[in-house]
Amino acid sequence: MTWESVIGLEVHVQLATATKAFSPSPVGFGAPPNSLTDPIVLGLPGALPSFNRAALHAALRLGVATRSTIRTPCRFARKHYFYPDLPKGYQISQYDEPLCAHGEVDVWHAGAHRVVRLERIHLEEDAGKLNHDGGSSRVDLNRAGVPLCEVVTAPDLRSADEAFAYMKALHRLVRYLGVCEGDLEKGHLRCDANVSVRQHGDARLGTRVELKNINSFRFVKAAIEHEIARQIRIVEGGGAVVRETRLWDGAAGVSEAMRGKEEIADYRYLPDPDLPPMIVPDAVLREVAAALPELPARRLERFVRDYQLAFDDADLLTSEPALADYVDAAVRALADPTRARATATWIANELLRELAGRPIEASPIAPAALAALIDAIEDGTISGKIGKDVFARMIASGDGARTIIERDGLQQISDEGVLQAIAATILAGNPRQVAGYRGGNDKLLGFFVGQLMKATDGRANPQLASLLMKKLLSPGD
Amino acid sequence: MRPRPAPEASRCPRCCAVTELCHAGARELARRVRAREVSAREVTQAFLDRIAARDGAIGAYLRVTPERACADADAIDAQIARGDDPGPLAGVPVGVKDVIVTEGVETTAGSKILAGWIPPYQSTAVARLRAAGAIILGKLNCDEFAMGSSNEHAAYRPCRNPWDLTRVPGGSSGGSAAAIAAGLAAITLGTDTGGSIRQPAAFCGVVGWKPTYGRVSRWGAIAFASSLDQIGPLAASVGDAAVALDVIAGLDPRDPTSLDAPQPGLIDALDGGVRGLTIGLPREYFADGLDREIAAAVRAAGAALVAAGATLVDVSLPHTRYAGPAYYVIAPAEAASNLARYDGVRFGHRAAGARDLDALYARSRAEGFGAEVKRRVMIGNYVLRAGSYDAYYKQAQQVRALIRRDFDRAFTQCDALLAPIAPTAAFPIGSRATPLDLYLGDVFTLACNLAGLPGLAVPWGATATGLPIGVQLLGKPLDEATLGRCGRVIEAAQPRRWPPEVV
Repeated sequence: MTWESVIGLEVHVQLATATKAFSPSPVGFGAPPNSLTDPIVLGLPGALPSFNRAALHAALRLGVATRSTIRTPCRFARKHYFYPDLPKGYQISQYDEPLCAHGEVDVWHAGAHRVVRLERIHLEEDAGKLNHDGGSSRVDLNRAGVPLCEVVTAPDLRSADEAFAYMKALHRLVRYLGVCEGDLEKGHLRCDANVSVRQHGDARLGTRVELKNINSFRFVKAAIEHEIARQIRIVEGGGAVVRETRLWDGAAGVSEAMRGKEEIADYRYLPDPDLPPMIVPDAVLREVAAALPELPARRLERFVRDYQLAFDDADLLTSEPALADYVDAAVRALADPTRARATATWIANELLRELAGRPIEASPIAPAALAALIDAIEDGTISGKIGKDVFARMIASGDGARTIIERDGLQQISDEGVLQAIAATILAGNPRQVAGYRGGNDKLLGFFVGQLMKATDGRANPQLASLLMKKLLSPGD
Repeated sequence: MRPRPAPEASRCPRCCAVTELCHAGARELARRVRAREVSAREVTQAFLDRIAARDGAIGAYLRVTPERACADADAIDAQIARGDDPGPLAGVPVGVKDVIVTEGVETTAGSKILAGWIPPYQSTAVARLRAAGAIILGKLNCDEFAMGSSNEHAAYRPCRNPWDLTRVPGGSSGGSAAAIAAGLAAITLGTDTGGSIRQPAAFCGVVGWKPTYGRVSRWGAIAFASSLDQIGPLAASVGDAAVALDVIAGLDPRDPTSLDAPQPGLIDALDGGVRGLTIGLPREYFADGLDREIAAAVRAAGAALVAAGATLVDVSLPHTRYAGPAYYVIAPAEAASNLARYDGVRFGHRAAGARDLDALYARSRAEGFGAEVKRRVMIGNYVLRAGSYDAYYKQAQQVRALIRRDFDRAFTQCDALLAPIAPTAAFPIGSRATPLDLYLGDVFTLACNLAGLPGLAVPWGATATGLPIGVQLLGKPLDEATLGRCGRVIEAAQPRRWPPEVV
């Protein structure tokens, strides 16, 4: 028996609006409890929701970017259940008239491109938080009413790895679009997984289990793998998977079935009579489409193609829109565009290492200045090794590459005549090593080249130095 | 107990002066206050005195706020003294139905579940009245969460009809109507979800106006049925109600269902007369079960319109009989949803000693809600169940569209409709044995709410036993002006009546 797992993800994306979905209270993190509230957030008697159009705009960007069909008009629906973090006793969400349907997300995984289909994207408001301490629970409604997009995939994913890759792709997409800050520490993306298993070749879907409380990216893989293994164990043991909701416990690395009562929740969906249907005019959709940035999958493909980068480097450089912007800006500033690959590689290695985890916005060197450095290396003014030195001096002084090269006399020596003269001196001064090399010890070439580099303060053109030495050391001619 | 005429002792000049002020009407009071013929403080004090003397027997007010009212009145007087314009309702005493939020003043929706709740924000309607110079005297009695047609489902104290204290004032805005009838406020605010302004207005012989849905902001109106609720004014005359409606109507960005329509401008439209208007009498409203005296009153009101130059026509609203079933599916469903927030967690009554969350919810709500509210919440939750939704709520909304279409068609044949408000006059307290009996009495008022149309209740005469009768005018969306013109003609055709002064 070979097993196939079938996975669908529901990801809640917190939209980066200034105020809440249905109230003018600000969206914020870490504020004193219940300080980001008003009568609407608190669900006070007589309060009414007012829809924040910025949330619609953000959802539309995501919908258009995922090639979704946009439903107009669409409606809000009330989803009823009782819980202390849900002030009105219902969540304003969307039910059978969601804003977006049948979209797709481009996922690059292990060097291959695939499309994960979306069933829907809809708008809803977030609930507050409960803090349990000792014997009491405290309700903090700061998060209540924050606008979310719920992005639901078709059951297209076939492994925990794929699910993780999809999450990363979605995370990158929403940051590119500017619709979500994507700060996972702040819970900007939260994911529930629907997992089932079936025999390879079987077209029917197995019984699915909903996994909730996967409250961090790194748990996505672990939780799903654990669930797949659990289900396979059950079925191979002759049992049947129970359709249920299970809570993931990241610390313990296991999931636990939720109490039966929560299972039979009938949300008694009701089209929200306080909120008129939302119409999305064609003109608005066209505007949204026109204002979309280059999407991450397309940008990655372009970096591979135009900058001749390996997949991993392109993936790294497009992981943040600002970083990709930096690369593009640097390439644009080059004197010779064929140096793009060298530029991108330098950024991926030297610059990121220098930044050591800080964002690209903290770069001490502007794109154009970096381009000037790469130009100087590629046009032979300095060697790559000296280039690293110049890089460090640029960071320390804030001066440009050419300025530093001039000022500090770092130009590469590529004059054969000059180098030949110095090389001859070195040979003359090291007769034993010459004899050793000519006697068969090829490794001594490194010694001679090293000496030439030392004699020139590292400025000898390394390729030329190696060539010349070899020539001089060869007997005869 | 029939009301006895006031004994000699209370015909003292002070009492007469108070009574005169309390019957003068809102526009006249504002005129006098602005003209400095009387101070706002004096007017306010007169009403407060009258409330203190008479409301014990009636029960129109749940709470009176004399200090605030006097302070507000003093502020109006100061404004006038400075030469500033205090507004069209300067010094006019107003009572507010307790389902309407008043900042800083306990608001309970007539329910124990909100006992002690002090709203931290102001409702739009009250804010606009205050900005126009009105003085809020206190909160008025009503059926709990506006669910009822007799004020008998009031949780705190009963409200009685000032015309006959053994009878109901009507509901759910029983206190709002009784207060006007008894001269305990010059304007009151009520809410009308299925007739709750118009029916008590009829039972108490006063004017009550339900605006077009969306005319008046619901910000601060404690929700019962969101797609049906409207705040509206009650008063002793069409003109007074019109001034109040002009003040409270208008777009409010905090209410997404409020309409961006021009202000009604009613007070200027009222004297247009009815010459050339066609008034429809919906034949389904004159079927069996309608008290003969009520039918006669409607026809007499119609005759008054004809005498003033209107034409009467017979029209049909064929889906009338489905209005009740549709309403009693839609309203409870929305109510169950709107009342989910009363869970004992953030505000209102919380049951003591609950073992766990479920117990907290169940007991807080069981203890806080009255029987009628529970009934409607259960019906509402039932019809919204996943298996029931299509057959009940969705179906009812489709019927609602048909009812609206009936009106649209009728309005191609007439400018407004004239109809009874309730099948009988005010009935004795406790006489409607079952909830269904009460529901059946709503038959003439519900369709108007389902269709979102404006409705104006105007008194016309009385039964043989002296109980007030009211007639209603139903209009096209946003056509309150036509209703006002008709209402003016009708009220001019018979003398204003006040209940006898009760000891």
